[in-house]
Amino acid sequence: MHLAYPVVLSSLLFCTGLYGVLARRNAILVLMSVELMLNAVNLNLVAFDVWLSKAADETLHSGQALTLFTITIAAAEIGIGLAIVLAVHRNRGTADIDKLRDTAEGHETDGPEGPDEATGATDPAEQTEKAEATA
Amino acid sequence: MTLAQAPHGFLAQAQQGFLSPTGVEIAFLLVGLVTFGAAIVTVTTRQLVHAALWLVVALGGIAIEYLLLTAEFIAWVQVLIYVGSVVVLLLFGLMLTKAPIGRSPDADSGNSWAALTVAVASAAALVWVVVDAFRTTWIDLDGPAAGSTKATGESLFQHWVLPFEALSVLLLAALVGAIVLSRKAKATADPAKPTGPPEPTGPPEPTGPPEPTGPPEPTKEGKPTKEAKAAKGGNP
Amino acid sequence: MTTTTLAVLVPLLPFLGAAAGLLLGRTAPGFVRPLAVLPPLTAFALAVLVAVRQGGDEAVDAATQLTPTGSVPVELALHIDGFAALVAVLVGLVATCVQIYSTGYLRDDPRYPSYAALVSLFTSAMLLVVYSGDLMVLLVGWEIMGICSYFLVGHYWETPEARAASLKAFLVTKLGDVPFLIGLFALATDAGSFRITKILDTVASGGLDHPTLIALLLLAGVAGKSAQFPLHTWLPDAMAGPTPVSALIHAATMVAAGVYFVARLLPVFQASAAALVVLAVMAAVTMTGSALAALAQDDIKRVLAYSTIGQLGYMTGALAVGDRGAAVFHLLSHGAFKALLFLAAGVIIHAAGTNSLAAMSRMGDLRARVPDAYWTMTVALLALAAIPPFSGFFSKESVLGAAEHAATGHAEHIPGAAGWTVLVAGVLTALLTAAYATRLWLLAFRGKGAEAPDHGRQPRTMTVVLWVLAAPSLALGGLAYGRLPDWFDGDDLAPTLTTSVLGTGVALAGGLLTYAAWRHTTAAAARTPLGAVAAHPEADAATVEAEAIASHEPAYGDVASAPDPADPGRLLLGPLHRHAAAGFHLDAVYTALFVRPVQAGARLVRFLDREVVDTYVHGAGALPRLLGTAVRRAQTGNVQTYVSALLAGTVVLVVAALLVAAGA
Repeated sequence: MHLAYPVVLSSLLFCTGLYGVLARRNAILVLMSVELMLNAVNLNLVAFDVWLSKAADETLHSGQALTLFTITIAAAEIGIGLAIVLAVHRNRGTADIDKLRDTAEGHETDGPEGPDEATGATDPAEQTEKAEATA
Repeated sequence: MTLAQAPHGFLAQAQQGFLSPTGVEIAFLLVGLVTFGAAIVTVTTRQLVHAALWLVVALGGIAIEYLLLTAEFIAWVQVLIYVGSVVVLLLFGLMLTKAPIGRSPDADSGNSWAALTVAVASAAALVWVVVDAFRTTWIDLDGPAAGSTKATGESLFQHWVLPFEALSVLLLAALVGAIVLSRKAKATADPAKPTGPPEPTGPPEPTGPPEPTGPPEPTKEGKPTKEAKAAKGGNP
Repeated sequence: MTTTTLAVLVPLLPFLGAAAGLLLGRTAPGFVRPLAVLPPLTAFALAVLVAVRQGGDEAVDAATQLTPTGSVPVELALHIDGFAALVAVLVGLVATCVQIYSTGYLRDDPRYPSYAALVSLFTSAMLLVVYSGDLMVLLVGWEIMGICSYFLVGHYWETPEARAASLKAFLVTKLGDVPFLIGLFALATDAGSFRITKILDTVASGGLDHPTLIALLLLAGVAGKSAQFPLHTWLPDAMAGPTPVSALIHAATMVAAGVYFVARLLPVFQASAAALVVLAVMAAVTMTGSALAALAQDDIKRVLAYSTIGQLGYMTGALAVGDRGAAVFHLLSHGAFKALLFLAAGVIIHAAGTNSLAAMSRMGDLRARVPDAYWTMTVALLALAAIPPFSGFFSKESVLGAAEHAATGHAEHIPGAAGWTVLVAGVLTALLTAAYATRLWLLAFRGKGAEAPDHGRQPRTMTVVLWVLAAPSLALGGLAYGRLPDWFDGDDLAPTLTTSVLGTGVALAGGLLTYAAWRHTTAAAARTPLGAVAAHPEADAATVEAEAIASHEPAYGDVASAPDPADPGRLLLGPLHRHAAAGFHLDAVYTALFVRPVQAGARLVRFLDREVVDTYVHGAGALPRLLGTAVRRAQTGNVQTYVSALLAGTVVLVVAALLVAAGA
């Protein structure tokens, strides 16, 4: 099998995950995209490991070992990440990344501009929840 | 390595071209297309829960690709951990943050065009580079499986024992961290409870969410790490 | 102890007292008064001891060089001749009296500790000037006196008069000090040393290259410090300070420093006939002008201030005719009786509740309220008017005698013109001096009208020193004129017949003329009620004086004069009165000549700075500000935007690196 297939696939998956990380508003969706990126890397590692283990006589199977490690770390990451997202959600009433703008220049307590459209229904609920959480 | 690599590449070019794919290649290509499509749907769909389900498809596709690459152990670990637990965890997260069921128009943030530009540019660059570098490289899938459980276990417990044990410490740290994070949230939520009831507007909605979210969290977050450990420790 | 050690202690003790007073003033109020009085008292005793040991013999010279200081060495040097020894005694005496007097005068003043410390520091500086044998060290004392004067004149800084006066005193004396400093450098360059002895040796051997230039530069500083025309205008305004300060600084010591300095370096001035003529003209204009102005002043202290300027004119006149013995003799006797006059005036102001002579002339029995001040002031005024046998007579006659000596051509190196100028002006001023002294006495003590308010007895500290100072005013001249030549240059200081008869005659004439005028005008006094007294007559003297100074202009329309038709000075001066009261409009001239151009220049610079220079600065700041605004817009707080930008940059860099690596 050509090495190009898995490698190109992993590149495309990685960039898809990249798009998700940059474009998604919900923090959990961003975490999903991160998972995609990690998997792309894993695929890359496995493909190269298979190639190199055939090409060389003695091999450490470092690609597969690293893949396992990555999977483990990804599991830990998703646990911690979700805990953080939940804590933020409980404190702020939202898990939308573009509403967490505390580092903005001259930011106010809420995001400078509200969501583009049709958030009127969700906003008051979030507001009351936020008030309740901070009480 | 480089000495061994060069003749291989030469051989590959001589034996195989892209226009005459083998069966494995065709299977890999098809599964790859499905995987890629599922990934794209995952990052573009406006239904949040669907995104998680499409992620299952994408991760499962990648597991099949592992199998096609003869890395069977990795494939099963993939299915176990990602499809089995991570996605479930993500679904729980979506529910706990009260993600809307159905189409949510604001799933994408304002800079999706910038994100698309960056993603396409980096994809073009990456694909160009890897194709340019590996277009003649051939993977010989014949012979003993490179990623059999035996081979993986031997290398893991002969050469990679120390990092493996170190990783268990990291998992422990992540476990503790997740517990601490959710405990803190509980500690702030608990004092809020006495003040909650007296409010007249309390009963219908606000008091409800925090209480259910409190208890499940530690168990949720503890679970995947335990599972990961079990999967890791149990198999060899 | 050797004489040198004693002499070093004389300036050192008040300095230490001042430092201790400044440090302990707030924490240990109980020590302030002893710390204020004892160091000057000890310094006075030591100065007397030094004078006795020196005894008018060979000058005591001692020098030590602390460190090399460039081309012309600066040394800590003492040069104690008869002049220095006696002037130091005078300074110690007046300073001690003033410190004792101040304990009563500023009894309740919250700023007394710093005041007393500054007076001590001032005393120390003056003693340094007197004893110093090195011109640079002398300059240090000279400038310390200037800054102390600035602070002390502004003691009542709550009143705008005091603030303006202190600034004016500082600026005008500094105006003279700049050429003075340049003159000192020129002198040291010519002589190769700052030591007075070496400079005098150089002058004696004719080694001075630019005597006229140096003398004129030095004269500017002397005119500023000794309040000589045209730099005298700060002294009358400086009366806005407390009376003891006026007595110490603006009568007896600091203003005498200029005269003393010229006396020390007289050979330098004698090397230039032009400088002597300038000095003589300066003295003549100063003494006549100030005497006329004194005749028109309403504020009792301003009368005394102009009188001080006039008497200093006598001293510079004596120097102009080359007789420094007469100058220092007059300095000594004048220091005693002028300090007495000021201190007595302080008592009168306290008792009367006003500093206005017009108001005092409408008080019935002021004389009975303050008998000590009445008698001692009478003595001092007689001394001022140079009536024999008071001390002022002998010293003034020695000046007039020296002038006559020079005018008749008996003195070497002295232009006859200088002698005649000083003589004529001196005789004229003797007439005027007697006139304003008589006016002051009559208006202050012979007033008719409502009884003066009774504030009880004056503090003993304030009255005792009057009698202490009355003794030298009464007897110094007669006792000393025979012995002083041994201390000085040896020239005879005894009054000559011609000048004595002439001087005393015009003085008596002036007094009688004023008395006649007063008799003529006194009837008008009852018809024009006038006067304002301080709001808090029971407060300590300093408070009363501050209130009196602050209320003079609102009450009488002018800080210097009062619209009093009963004033004999108004009758005597006629149309000149208006100009004399304003100090011959010299301040207005200065305002037109210097102040307004400087202010206009300042406005121009301000305009250039604000409108022209700042435009460039703002313009330079506009672009960064614009960029900053643009960049700030990028700080949205949205993490995804940041990551997007980061990754976009990464991609661009990677592609660029790949292209370079591929050799494209």
